[in-house]
Amino acid sequence: MDAASINPGEQIRFILLQNRQGKTRLAKYYVPFEESEKHKVEYEVHRLVVNRDPKFTNFVEFRTHKVIYRRYAGLFFSMCVDITDNELAYLECIHLFVEILDHFFSNVCELDLVFNFHKVYLILDEFILAGELQETSKKAIIERLGELEKLE
Amino acid sequence: MDSIMNPFSSGTRLRDMIRAIRACKTAAEERGVIRKECAAIRTDINENGANYRHRNLAKLMFIHMLGYPTHFGQMECLKLIASAGFPEKRIGYLGLMLLLDERQEVLMLVTNSLKQDLNHSNKYIVGLAVCALGNICSAEMARDLSPEVERLLQGRDLNIKKKAALCSIRIIQKVPDMAENFMSPAASLLNEKKHHGVLIAGVQLCTELCKASVEALEYLRKNCTEVLVRILKDVSNSPYAPDYDIAGITDPFLHIRALRLMRTLGQGDADSSDLMNDILAQVATKTESNKNAGNAILYECVETIMGIEATSGLRVLAINILGKFLSNRDNNIRYVALNMLMKAVSVDVQAVQRHRATILECVKDSDASIRKRALELVFLLVNDTNVKPLTKELIEYLEDSDQEFKGDLTTKICSIVEKFSFDKFWYIDQMLKVLIKAGNFVKDEIWHTLIVVISNALDLHGYTVRSLYKALQSSCEQESLVRVAIWCIGEYGELLINNIGVLDIEEPITVTESDAVDVVEISLKRNSSDITTRSMSLISLLKLSSRFPPCSERIRELIIQQNSSLVLELQQRSLEFNAIIQKHQDIKSSLVEKMPVLDELAYHNKKSTSTPANLSSGKTSQVTFGASVKLPNGVAKSPAAPTADLLDLSSDGIMQPMSSGGDFVHDVLDIGFAPSPSSSGSGIMPYSGVDALLDLLSIGATPVQNDLLASNSISTNQNNLSSIPQLERSSSVSSSSAPTGAALSVELLGGLTTNSSIPEEYAPYPSIVAYQSDTLIVTFSFSKQPGDPQKTCIKATYTNVSPNVYTDFLFQAAVPKFFQLKLDPASSNILPSSGNGPITQSMVVTNSQQGQRALAMRLRISYKVDNQDKMEQGQVNNFPDGLL
Repeated sequence: MDAASINPGEQIRFILLQNRQGKTRLAKYYVPFEESEKHKVEYEVHRLVVNRDPKFTNFVEFRTHKVIYRRYAGLFFSMCVDITDNELAYLECIHLFVEILDHFFSNVCELDLVFNFHKVYLILDEFILAGELQETSKKAIIERLGELEKLE
Repeated sequence: MDSIMNPFSSGTRLRDMIRAIRACKTAAEERGVIRKECAAIRTDINENGANYRHRNLAKLMFIHMLGYPTHFGQMECLKLIASAGFPEKRIGYLGLMLLLDERQEVLMLVTNSLKQDLNHSNKYIVGLAVCALGNICSAEMARDLSPEVERLLQGRDLNIKKKAALCSIRIIQKVPDMAENFMSPAASLLNEKKHHGVLIAGVQLCTELCKASVEALEYLRKNCTEVLVRILKDVSNSPYAPDYDIAGITDPFLHIRALRLMRTLGQGDADSSDLMNDILAQVATKTESNKNAGNAILYECVETIMGIEATSGLRVLAINILGKFLSNRDNNIRYVALNMLMKAVSVDVQAVQRHRATILECVKDSDASIRKRALELVFLLVNDTNVKPLTKELIEYLEDSDQEFKGDLTTKICSIVEKFSFDKFWYIDQMLKVLIKAGNFVKDEIWHTLIVVISNALDLHGYTVRSLYKALQSSCEQESLVRVAIWCIGEYGELLINNIGVLDIEEPITVTESDAVDVVEISLKRNSSDITTRSMSLISLLKLSSRFPPCSERIRELIIQQNSSLVLELQQRSLEFNAIIQKHQDIKSSLVEKMPVLDELAYHNKKSTSTPANLSSGKTSQVTFGASVKLPNGVAKSPAAPTADLLDLSSDGIMQPMSSGGDFVHDVLDIGFAPSPSSSGSGIMPYSGVDALLDLLSIGATPVQNDLLASNSISTNQNNLSSIPQLERSSSVSSSSAPTGAALSVELLGGLTTNSSIPEEYAPYPSIVAYQSDTLIVTFSFSKQPGDPQKTCIKATYTNVSPNVYTDFLFQAAVPKFFQLKLDPASSNILPSSGNGPITQSMVVTNSQQGQRALAMRLRISYKVDNQDKMEQGQVNNFPDGLL
């Protein structure tokens, strides 16, 4: 059955948010991974990005795909995408996500993400769905989040 | 501690739990906190309390994120999803996406809840359900829930519409047959001009549809190309739009997704490409390139221009943009330029060639990502005219490059050099340079190929061996350089000493015979030499002992020193070679004659053909000994699979010489087979064995011995302990079918009678799982008694993996008529549960038609569980090849 399904091409495979020590603050997988494999992936991605010279590219090849990452203070935002995908676009994508977080938590810091991790997932789910970009307007997302907050 | 004071009772708030975890000083402390918390949550789950359910699940998600197992919470997700309120459902769906994925069967249970929520009156709850479905949908769910998603796609709520569009992408990925259902709703999404969220979701859905179905591609091409051009035009010409502005550009994401869909629609279609030309030209010329967002658009635009049937003017424009990218100071931009130029090579290689110098500089960049891309690009740009300067530059850089990059770089240089190896002198020269600078990074098949080429370059033998000798003086730490040099010195030693075939460009050198032996001695004794190099050195010495008679005694001493080597291979070789030098002077010179020229064509064919082809070539060479008979000298690693079949062949072949009783045959066989654990690593040895025999039968003995030595000398690189079991196979074949051979080998080896029993200890056949069910595992391990190849002892081990004890356990086996089976009593008839204390039982199988018929065995196992009779049956077909 699944043999017939198309190989997911240009989509985000996973998004990771890790601190410098390698603690995962958010991990969203859009393609299935075994639980043990996820830990391995998180470990490997952290190792790849944490020691790179800031002058280097923000792209590292990871297995058969590549990771686009960006560092904000002590936090690394990494997206794993197809090897042929537009790296520069995902750099913008990460930045937009960070801006949304920053706006939502007003001056976001790592602790906000730790204590409100479930909200971070909520925000991400309004920004990216099924590995594809869902909304490009920061304002639209913030408004939507406001509505959702009222329901809690 | 009472439950009120305990901060980890289930009443703890999520925040407090996170604080407590963060306060832990050590990992052990953290585990303790989490264990208590999990215990409390489990208790709650068991009591089925609904009050804290969503708080508990939130905690579990946090615990999950820290890497602890949380599977016991999976059902709680389902319960939360089934509850009424939004906050519960939100956490339930979040848990579903985090703790489960499409492969879990639990997921089936959620389909119904999802269906209800997709039809819910509360749009926020519908939103949650669509989002969850999009993220974890399985093929089955896709089929079940697709009608709901199609309906939502055409609904009025824009937020749900865009979610449904992305969810549809996932559905189509899982079940491409359903693509047609989504064509027209997807096309109509593109009319929501004001809402970029819907628009971008629609564009992405259309792109996916085109991938999934040709029909959809044609439909969208016909109906959407103009709409799409309009969308791009609007967003590109849009005045400042605060909601979508990024660095002065309105919605670069929509730009990029639209450009990508254009690429899909325009590919191979001139009409739709025509419609796109203008707007592509506009985007390519007007987009600001000083910010990342602008460059991202330009990058996508270039890719689209390259992908569709664009005008030539547009293509020039695109390549120029890449040229600008390449000279950008930002590494990210240079990286994408290299990436893009790689695709451009197929469109306009000349235009890319213009940037060759810049690209070559990128190979030397400090950033590994850039280097890797640049190197691949350079590889594509190599042609007849630029190969020499490019190679020179790359080889020069080899010295300064990072250790971790050297491997990649070496491989690429070697394949460039190999690709243009028509000039043998140049090829050998370049390869020597690579070996000197990065010999440790040269892969086995590469120096194997080099040896084949050297062997064919008759007029360059002298030059090569002298250059290698010189190189060894300075770079003796490069393993593969040493190997090639040792091989050449062994083969062409006299050319080295006597300065034969000196080329004009060479500086004459004086090397004495003992100098040459020195070099080999050093590599034999050097600590860092591995077993392959040492074995090659030994063979080289043996050859030199015949080439340099004055050094013969010294060489013999060197060889004898190895008879106490801890490495079985070297020890055996040492004894054999000593025996050859001492007792078989008469055949020595013919035994170590120069190898015949290796057949290049056959070698390359062999390298490129796959397993079945290999087999058939093995069979043809059985009939026609032509060029391919020499093949086994070659070095290709053929996969292990053919070994068994080839062995069968060889045993068939051996039968005949045995009955005709040619003594020399056995002699040769014993050199080749029994005492050499080495060569069967990947099927080469048995292969050469076949050919050697055939050769022998038709042509005579001498070339065979050459072949055998040659194959030893080269194939020893595959030598490792893991290959020993296979050796055992080949030796058992030879000894079983040529019993007289064993005696001869004893004589030849001067008392080394243990040659067949040593491998015995080291080399049992691999054990197999003979039978496996959910409750029971039967494994077989094998051993043979030396001297009785027809008999095989099998030790069976029965393991009970079920939680119940088996009593009255009885194992029965049946074999075909031509086998005899003797079953010893089992160690017990009670089999404890859960893999404890397995029962073992030995049996002896005798095959009266050894080597002709394979063993199949039927099993019947009966036992009692709680006094109920059980029986299991099975058949074993996976006995190791060559065993019986």
